[in-house]
Amino acid sequence: MSVITPLGPAVKAMGEEDIRPEQKARAGRPRRKSLWTRLKQDRSLLLMTLPVVVLLIVFAYVPMLGNVVAFQEYSPYVGIPGSPFVGFDNFSRLLQDPAFWHALGNTLTITAFQLVFFFPLPILLAILLNSLMQPWLRTLIQGIVFLPHFFSWVIIVTVFQQILGGAGLISQQLRDIGAEPLNIMTNPDTFVLLLTSQTIWRDAGWGIVVFLAALASIDPSQYEAAAVDGASGWRRMWHITLPALRPVIILLLILRLGDALSVGFEQLILQRDAVGAEAAEVLDTFVYYSGVVSGDFSYGAAAGLLKGIISLILVLAANKVAHMFGEAGVYKK
Amino acid sequence: MTAQPTTEALVTPPAPRGLLAKIWHYEPVKRPAWQEKPSLIVTISKVVTLVVVCLAVLFPLWAVVLTSFSTQSAITQAGGLVIVPNGLTTVAYTQILSGGVVTKAVGVTVFVTGVGTALSVIVSVLAAWGLSRPGSVLHRPILFLIIITMFFGAGIIPMYLLVSGLGLINSVWALILPTAVSAFNILIVRNFFQSIDQGIIDSARIDGAGEWRILATIVAPMSKPVISVVALFYGVGYFNAFFNAILYINDNDKWPLQLVLRAYVLQGQSFVNSGTLDTVALDQAQPASLAIQMAVVVLAVVPILVVYPFVQRHFKSGILIGAVKG
Repeated sequence: MSVITPLGPAVKAMGEEDIRPEQKARAGRPRRKSLWTRLKQDRSLLLMTLPVVVLLIVFAYVPMLGNVVAFQEYSPYVGIPGSPFVGFDNFSRLLQDPAFWHALGNTLTITAFQLVFFFPLPILLAILLNSLMQPWLRTLIQGIVFLPHFFSWVIIVTVFQQILGGAGLISQQLRDIGAEPLNIMTNPDTFVLLLTSQTIWRDAGWGIVVFLAALASIDPSQYEAAAVDGASGWRRMWHITLPALRPVIILLLILRLGDALSVGFEQLILQRDAVGAEAAEVLDTFVYYSGVVSGDFSYGAAAGLLKGIISLILVLAANKVAHMFGEAGVYKK
Repeated sequence: MTAQPTTEALVTPPAPRGLLAKIWHYEPVKRPAWQEKPSLIVTISKVVTLVVVCLAVLFPLWAVVLTSFSTQSAITQAGGLVIVPNGLTTVAYTQILSGGVVTKAVGVTVFVTGVGTALSVIVSVLAAWGLSRPGSVLHRPILFLIIITMFFGAGIIPMYLLVSGLGLINSVWALILPTAVSAFNILIVRNFFQSIDQGIIDSARIDGAGEWRILATIVAPMSKPVISVVALFYGVGYFNAFFNAILYINDNDKWPLQLVLRAYVLQGQSFVNSGTLDTVALDQAQPASLAIQMAVVVLAVVPILVVYPFVQRHFKSGILIGAVKG
């Protein structure tokens, strides 16, 4: 099962169990080198990690510190050192801003829709695909449905617009038979359904691949034994297939929860003009428009920081819950 | 190197039998004796579901590709996307590739994808090897530094301030450097390195080979599958990147293909495409012809289709399964 955990490597990286026997034997010898000797000994290994460390410090850790602008009245002309500190003013302004709550509400609605309508679909399709007797057919269908996962959001939205849009393929056919054309792409009321179907089109195949891998790890003799004991197909699915999928389902749920507040900046920003900000404003677009576009950097940064912290808490909490139910979760301590 | 035979034994590429060969040699698989035969209704609903699912993916792609190759009269006749071939031409492609906005955007995207992928793969493989020997000095704190970035991102505003502070606004490097390192990809490679038989590496160390030499002559050749998967992830990421471009690139001379797609196809702006003209006419009234729009879409899809069989080959290996996150 550990193969399937996307964060399996991370888990192992932090654990003690990655020390190999021969390493233990080496460590067991009473030999305590000074730090300097060890640094000199491993200098080529350290040198190899240097580019990544530098890139991460500059492009991940410096901007993390840059979140300090959330506590300032930042002005681009004087920069961070010159801007005055205002404490939590930006955050209290944020909490009183109806636009912020509206963006948060939209974000959570979209996440909820995706959990209910998108999440179970790949599981069902994977079970269906797995029941196919011909391996080549399984591979072929898997190959077809996985393909859109590698398309950019611009392409996904373009394809949807060309098929479902007001001037798109289906509307053309409807006009030909004298019916009203569709306005799915511009209707704010059904926007969340549109987003969910785009996500399904793009990412269902990815879920199918992950779940198929989990299904492949089930020992077929379990099914045989159950069948010999008189278990029907449904009972075999309930007692063998679903328990085997449980760790993967929980893992993906945790990861999804960590992303609960990020619902695809690219997907939303591409369609915000078409359906209007009322329906398409989510936290990420709120940060972008209030911060970068309007130039109120401190305000946008406050919203972004709040989002980052809540997401982190959500992942940690979900992981804790998974541990309580005896699941491995994303990482182990 | 004496390690040659062992190297071959360790890397057993799955014999890629072509799909056509499989269909040719197709024999109905025998159902195991314990498994009951599904009823006709179950079989029919299975087939219908799978056909619908596959068509939902393939049909739009078919319509887009066909329209890009269709003549203007075929498009007018169809009143939009063409689904039945009716007059084919490649004029849309010759037009967009004869210089101008799209050609320029292709150049930017090729540069960003090529240079970005090379840079990312090199630094990631180096770091993965540098961190793969347990017990080496400082490897734990460095690993920790890398892993934290998976759980907490800095946010849009500080990134923007940093990139503008570095003077990278409107520079292609703004499309490369901020996303050059993916903690996840490093961990995938490191995980693979740690699964390599240590005997070969230890014997090379005893023979006096340095870490650089071991990585270049023994480890890297053995790790071709995992390195190509990671290169693919980085490559697709750079190729599809849109978020960074919209944040950091205002000058439409430096637009990557994805931004051109958005402007001309999604937003229906027209592009004047005469010779070396680089100004963009923001004329909403006169959208580019549908064939040209779809040709730009196809340009942005073809590279994905070209590399896709390589992803397919790694379906079975645990590497990809462990790696396909989001």
